This record gives sequence, structure tokens and C-alpha cells, in this order.
Amino acid sequence: MTALSAFFYRKPKLRLGFLLSAPLLWLGLAYLGALAALFVTAFWHTDAFTGQVVIEWSLDNFTTLFTDAVYRTITFRTVGIAALVTVIDAVIAFPMAFAMAKLASPRAQRILVIAIMTPLWASYLVKAYAWRSMLSGNGALSRLSPGYGVTATIITLSYLWLPYMILPIYAGLDRLPDSLVDASGDLGAKSFRTFRSVILPLTFPAIVAGSIFTFSLSLGDYIAVKIVGGTSQMLGNVVYDNIGAANNLPFAATVATVPVVIMLVYLAAVRRTGALDNL
Amino acid sequence: MRTSRVLLWTALGLGLAVIYFPLLVVLLNSFNADTTFGFPPTRFTLEWWSRATSNEGALHALWTSVEAGLAATAIALVLGTMAAFALQRYRFFGRNPVSLLIILPIALPGIVTGIALNNAFRTILGIDLGLLTAIIAHATFCIVVVFNNVVARLRRMGGNLEEASMDLGATGFTTFRLVTFPMLRSALLAGGLLAFALSFDEIIVTTFTLGTGMETLPIWIYDNLFRPNQAPIVNVVAAVLIVVSTVPVYLAQRLSGDSASGGRL
Repeated sequence: MTALSAFFYRKPKLRLGFLLSAPLLWLGLAYLGALAALFVTAFWHTDAFTGQVVIEWSLDNFTTLFTDAVYRTITFRTVGIAALVTVIDAVIAFPMAFAMAKLASPRAQRILVIAIMTPLWASYLVKAYAWRSMLSGNGALSRLSPGYGVTATIITLSYLWLPYMILPIYAGLDRLPDSLVDASGDLGAKSFRTFRSVILPLTFPAIVAGSIFTFSLSLGDYIAVKIVGGTSQMLGNVVYDNIGAANNLPFAATVATVPVVIMLVYLAAVRRTGALDNL
Repeated sequence: MRTSRVLLWTALGLGLAVIYFPLLVVLLNSFNADTTFGFPPTRFTLEWWSRATSNEGALHALWTSVEAGLAATAIALVLGTMAAFALQRYRFFGRNPVSLLIILPIALPGIVTGIALNNAFRTILGIDLGLLTAIIAHATFCIVVVFNNVVARLRRMGGNLEEASMDLGATGFTTFRLVTFPMLRSALLAGGLLAFALSFDEIIVTTFTLGTGMETLPIWIYDNLFRPNQAPIVNVVAAVLIVVSTVPVYLAQRLSGDSASGGRL
């Protein structure tokens, strides 16, 4: 045991290799491998009669995805909903996080963080369902209710992902020294100017970190849409229906590459902001 | 300054009210005698609660959820901690791609993770879906939760105490057992609790990776949501989940203690 320990101590490279081996094998093989396989499957198709996957390379699935007006509409609708949900959450979350981080006492901060985190773990479905019952004809919000549809979907998704936006922004504001805000005020800046020139640039990575969750979670959602979305579909529904009812795994894989590409582009774009360290 | 203070407090209060109102509606509806859940409720009953406690399907699904959650958490604890040590203590070529790889399972939509693993298991590897495949899927996106908690703790505790231990002649294993691990323990517990909670609530990935005929609690809820005579029982299960979920959140928050923001996910 001692000899082994000493051996490892003298060989930091070996230690690093040992530490990285298992996580990399798992994520590299199980996850990246699966993603790569998914991408490959997207070029296959299913036999119209047997429903079996046929291993034959073609771009047919992608052609359908890009030329069929239905899928184009659904793609734009999904990205639009995800973007809108992200903006709504950022606008609601920022003042909340600011009050938590800069106005509340340390004790109140702890309680508030717990208050924000609790609903995060209180079942996704329960919350989506709560909105369904509130938006329904005789529900608590029946008089204001837009009915089931895109608006209801946006409301529900914004509600579901709000804590994912509040917490990173709160963490970002918590790290922002008060002295910078005070200094800005001492130099004569009004509240809005301080916000625009000091607070916002310094907390931008945190906002982007939050947006990764709200955007990604909205892009892939199909359950909230089923519960409150009425007849309007999102990309997730197309994937789900093709895997289940239609039993067309290759086409589901093709559709699933859309959110992957969007997210990878988004992640690459925000890398420089340092948002990934704020997750 | 005064007005902006008032405005900010108001925003926080309103926001919290909006966050909690739907949850209160669910709690209230679990006692609502009216099965269509008209609002406001006019009559109250305990019938749904008594029927829920003897609901076989829900109890069975609960057990499956616990099994999957515990197994996924155990795997995530080991892998997440190893990755955290590697990335926090070493500088090496490819460090950034590795850290990206760890966050990818939560950064990509759940449906992508779900269908990718579904496809890999069924089409590529030819494995039947079961509890094990769901556990593998859950562990994959839980790693990042443990990773984040452990990295935050390692960053804060530095390496001085470990170096002192080594200088005093302790071997690497002894140092880990007596110095490093005790300092990490609460971070591991917090990360583990959050990983369990994440696994417990996950539905999209589970839908695609759990074998047919098996149900976790979220899937049971989903299956029964639209059945009129089951909906009241779903409300009870939901109400229990809302109340029970405060426990792990509170504990994780206490345990990750150091900074209020540490270990949020």
C-alpha cells in the first residue's frame, strides 16, 4: 500500500491519468459515443413495411427536415419560444437576484436561496400540471387565461425554468464587490448608469450561464407543450412522436440534431464570456 | 436610491409569490372535494390522501425512483469526484474540452440525451431497456452536479493541509483518508443530495431509457395526469413531493454552507 502510494506520488501524470480514466471512459464512450451514433443514425432510414432501421446512407431525412414547411415552422416556433422564455426569465430574475444578493441580510439570503431552490426540485410535472389547472376554464386564472397554446407554453416554461436563471445571476451578483457599485455612485453615476456600465457587464457571464439552462431546457421540451400547448408542437414533440408512434428512429435522430447544433453553436459563442465557469 | 430599493424588494416579493402560487394551488387541490378542481375550492376532503397511501402503482413507482436515484447518485459521486480532482488540481492539454464534456449532458436538451442513449442501447448495442439503462442515463447527467460541488470545495480549501500531512510523513492514501476526505465530506453529501433530487425528478431522459412496463414516480404521474379518476391522487402525490423536496434542498444548502451560492446545481 505504502509503496503503491509512493509510486503514485512520484508520477503525477499517472495520477492524473487514473483520475481522468473512469469519467472520460463513461462520458466519452457512453455519452459522446451515443451522440455520435445518433448523428450517424440520422443518415439511415426505416423500412416502410417492417419498420426496421435500414442501414443505408442518404440525406433524405435532412431534405425532409429542411424542405417540409411543417418542420420549418416548428423549428422557428421552438427557437422563438426558447429565446422568448430566456429573455422573460432574465428580465424577471435579475431584480429578484439583485434584491437577494445586495439588499438582503446574510441570514435572509440563505433562506431566500432555499426558497428559490425548493420549487426547483418539486416535480417538473406537478408544476406544469398546476399551470394547466390554473389556465383551465374554471381554474384560478381563468379570467386572465389565454387558453392552451403558444402563450400558455411560454408562460409555463418561463415559470418552470425561472429558478435556473435566478440562481446563477444571484451567484454572479454575490461575487460582485459592493465597493464597485458604491464607487460608481460616488463618481456621480445615477442608478441606471451604474447598472448599465458597472453591474451589467460584470454579471453578464452569469446571465449567459442562466440562459444556457433556460434556452436548452425550452428547446428540448415536449411535455409542457403537451400539457398546456394545445395543438402547437415543438421540436421535442416531433422527436417524441417519431420515436414512439411513428417508430422512425432515424428521422427522430435527424430532428434531434437541430437542438444539438443550435446548443453547440450557442456554447461556442458564449465560451469567451466565461459563462461556462458560472454554471 | 430609496425608490429603487422598494422596487427591487417588490420584484422579489412578487416573483416569490408567482413561484409559490401554483404550488399552493396543488396543495389546496389535494384536499379539494371537487374532482374538476374548480377554483376556489368549496368543499374539502381527506379521501384522496387515504386513497393515495394505498395506491400500489404510485408506491411501486416510488421504489423504482429511489433505486434509480441511489444507483445513479453513487456512480455520479465516484466519477464526479475523480473528474473534479483531475480538473481542479492539474493543468493539462485538453482540460477545456474535458470540462465541456462534463457539462454537456445538462447543457444539451434532455430529449437529445434521452434519444441518443435510447438509440445507442437499442439500435447500436442491441440491449433491452431496463432499470440499468435508466441508471446509466441518470448517472451521466448527475456527474456534473457532484463535479460542481467538489470543485467549489477544492478551490476553497487549497492544498496546504494536504502538503502538511505529506510533509509529516503520511502516505497519499492516509492523507486522503484523514485530511482530504473529511474536508470534502459535506460537499459530497450536498452534491449527492442534489444528484439524487435531479434523478428523482427527471422524466424526459427516463421516458427514453427505462424499460417498458417500468415506472418511476414522474412517469407514473405523467401516465395518470389525464385520467379523471386518478387526477386527485396525482395531486396528493404532487403535494407530498412539494413538501418532501424541501428537505434535501435545505440539507444541501446547509452542507454546502460556505458560500450561499456554492453547489446550486
